Amino acid sequence: MKRLLIALGCVLSLSFAAYAAEPAAAPDTKPAVAAPAPATATAPAVTPAVPPVAAAPAKAATPTTLKANPKVTIPIFLIIIGATMCVVVWSAKKTKSASDFYTAGGGITGTQNGWAIAGDYMSAASFLGISGMISLYGYDGFMYSVGWLVAYITVLLIVAEPCRNAGKYTLGDILSFRTDPKPVRAVAAISTVAVSTFYLTAQMVGAGKLMQLLIGIPYKTAIIGVGILMVGYVVFGGMTATTWVQIIKAGLLMTGTFVLSILVAIKSGFSPLQFFNDIATNQNIIDHVKLLPIYLKESAAGTATADAGQRFLEPGLFLTNPLDQISLGMALVLGTAGMPHILMRFFTVPTAQAARKSVIVAMFIIGFFYILTTLLGFGAAINVTPQAIKSVDAGGNMAAMMLAKQLGGEFSPFLGDLLLAFLCAVAFATILAVVSGLVLAASAAIAHDIYVNVIKNGHADQHEQVMAARITSFCVGAVGIAIGIAAEKQNVAHLVALAFAVASSGNLPVVVMSLFWKKFNTAGVVAGLVVGTVASIGLVMISPNMTYPEVVANNAKAAYTKLEGDIAAGKVKPEAMEKTMNTIEAKKAEEIKNRGGKSMLGLSKPLFGLKNPGILSIPLGFIAAILATLAFPSKKAEEMWDEVYVRQNTGLGMAKAVDH
Amino acid sequence: MAEKTYDWSAIAKSPKFIELHHKKTAFLFGWWIFSLVYYFLLPIGAAYAPGLFKIQILGRVNFGYIFALSQFFVSWGLAMYYAHVANKDFDRLTRELVSELH
Repeated sequence: MKRLLIALGCVLSLSFAAYAAEPAAAPDTKPAVAAPAPATATAPAVTPAVPPVAAAPAKAATPTTLKANPKVTIPIFLIIIGATMCVVVWSAKKTKSASDFYTAGGGITGTQNGWAIAGDYMSAASFLGISGMISLYGYDGFMYSVGWLVAYITVLLIVAEPCRNAGKYTLGDILSFRTDPKPVRAVAAISTVAVSTFYLTAQMVGAGKLMQLLIGIPYKTAIIGVGILMVGYVVFGGMTATTWVQIIKAGLLMTGTFVLSILVAIKSGFSPLQFFNDIATNQNIIDHVKLLPIYLKESAAGTATADAGQRFLEPGLFLTNPLDQISLGMALVLGTAGMPHILMRFFTVPTAQAARKSVIVAMFIIGFFYILTTLLGFGAAINVTPQAIKSVDAGGNMAAMMLAKQLGGEFSPFLGDLLLAFLCAVAFATILAVVSGLVLAASAAIAHDIYVNVIKNGHADQHEQVMAARITSFCVGAVGIAIGIAAEKQNVAHLVALAFAVASSGNLPVVVMSLFWKKFNTAGVVAGLVVGTVASIGLVMISPNMTYPEVVANNAKAAYTKLEGDIAAGKVKPEAMEKTMNTIEAKKAEEIKNRGGKSMLGLSKPLFGLKNPGILSIPLGFIAAILATLAFPSKKAEEMWDEVYVRQNTGLGMAKAVDH
Repeated sequence: MAEKTYDWSAIAKSPKFIELHHKKTAFLFGWWIFSLVYYFLLPIGAAYAPGLFKIQILGRVNFGYIFALSQFFVSWGLAMYYAHVANKDFDRLTRELVSELH
């Protein structure tokens, strides 16, 4: 208990230190900050190859920076940190056995777990990224959000209940039941750690940038602060604390989104038809659409609609490659069901019925959230204007925040500050909840699968298991912080897509086949996991997600050639001449710097044209698993099939909530 | 942990279990495939049938928007329907099966 108090003290002093250090930071001078994650997985705005475009004609009254008022923000942050710390103290007392640590002793109810799943799943990127995407590209952002909910149908129908009945703590438990446990657990643990690390890195970097942008905490301080809190929750409170942090976060997120949606709806008199009319006839949106590359292309081809406002409500302004879309959709719809931190949530409920209920509760929360996000996105486009949103962050990630400040500010400046501060705190809680779930999943894989079952052959008493779990969580958290700091300058947006790709191509095929195919065996699990994981990572490494200096150089050349052409044609106004000349100089320098360079794998251009590898890597994962199973049949696996199938369908002989 | 031992293959061959297995498999995979097809119609339609998505149905609200929104309601509806069937049929069969064993 003493350690707990020390940790608490550390955290509190750290947050004060961060506050004190604040004035030193000057994030305003930074160019467009990369996005906090998935929504921008496909966003061109975050690829370094795309230069931060100078803001479109910003109106005089619109803000070009967004800063939360620390006098309001810091107390709200402290309240949330304090509340979660109380949860940790309370859960630490309850966490005695391995089952307590990994699954809260199986004592979470269906409804609680539903909220926790929603809290585990909805990242800051969903909240900020998708509303931003809608505010800048309209319909496509909404379409993008659909897959995140539909993914849960797979979870509900295929994996939730059988996993509850077949597993204990980890993915390795499900897969090793009728196979050779050691190799299977080892490979499952590696894939779990890979998925968690990709996702965690994206979240950590997003967290650092977000805190830096919003409250001016230096990047490293923000990462260390988030990291210490996350390690504190997991190490001391295990799954119980993680669950409650996720529930609190889901509650805060839904409250914030709901309040803001109401404010948006008031503007249109609660009439959906009026709302859509407001969008389509908004002059700022019309101006914005007319400047979008797709619209310009359509205009050149003579296919553009004259009603640019209505065009905002139609598909194709942003997601222009249908194959990439379908590929991403596959990764989402199948990957969610293979995400180790989501699978793990099903071990925290006592029965299959509770698992079912929790998915349904989660689906309603998540679905409702994405529908409200549409309101926020369009609301931001109408009220804040796409031009202003773009001027603060080229990827649009600050749209919801700016909307909060503006709509609240219409009542009183204090209310604007308060709403903004509240949303900042929500984003912060969101990050904490997601990273804690990931750290716990990765630690469970290392401590339970590798240490206890591979190294110690399953012979470890409760005390040793819990110690192993705590030490591992601590190490995983420390590594997470280190990676987060190291990756500051990296483009991490594609890592979320990569995490989903690995989960859908590696984990999902083997989970489904373990549960539903009699012949499935050790060779199948190992081959499926290895091929699915390697294929996803490999395809991303040769995809347009990576930076190709040669391509950067060509883009730079195209950009300055066009500008030079404009000057020659007299299209550049005299007052803009100096700026244009500077841009040309910068582009030329960029070309020289990048010309002849190679990507990380020594390529001069992408070999694989899609940003999302799912469409190829998912079939590869399935085929590898099937072929290996058939090539190396195992009698044991087939003999045990009846047991596995009866167990997963009936829950008979299930590992009971409390191990005695 | 004192775990009761069961004759798994006998249970697997019992008529009740076979009934449960058939009903469940047909329901789960049937509706799963339906939901996947319905979902992928969205990106495919948006890319290859933009004309359809642009048709305005209610004021400014177009088919594309209604179709995307319908995905939410279809998912919820399916989830509720599954809960209904599972609570009524699958759970009842499972309970009957388990009580026969004790």
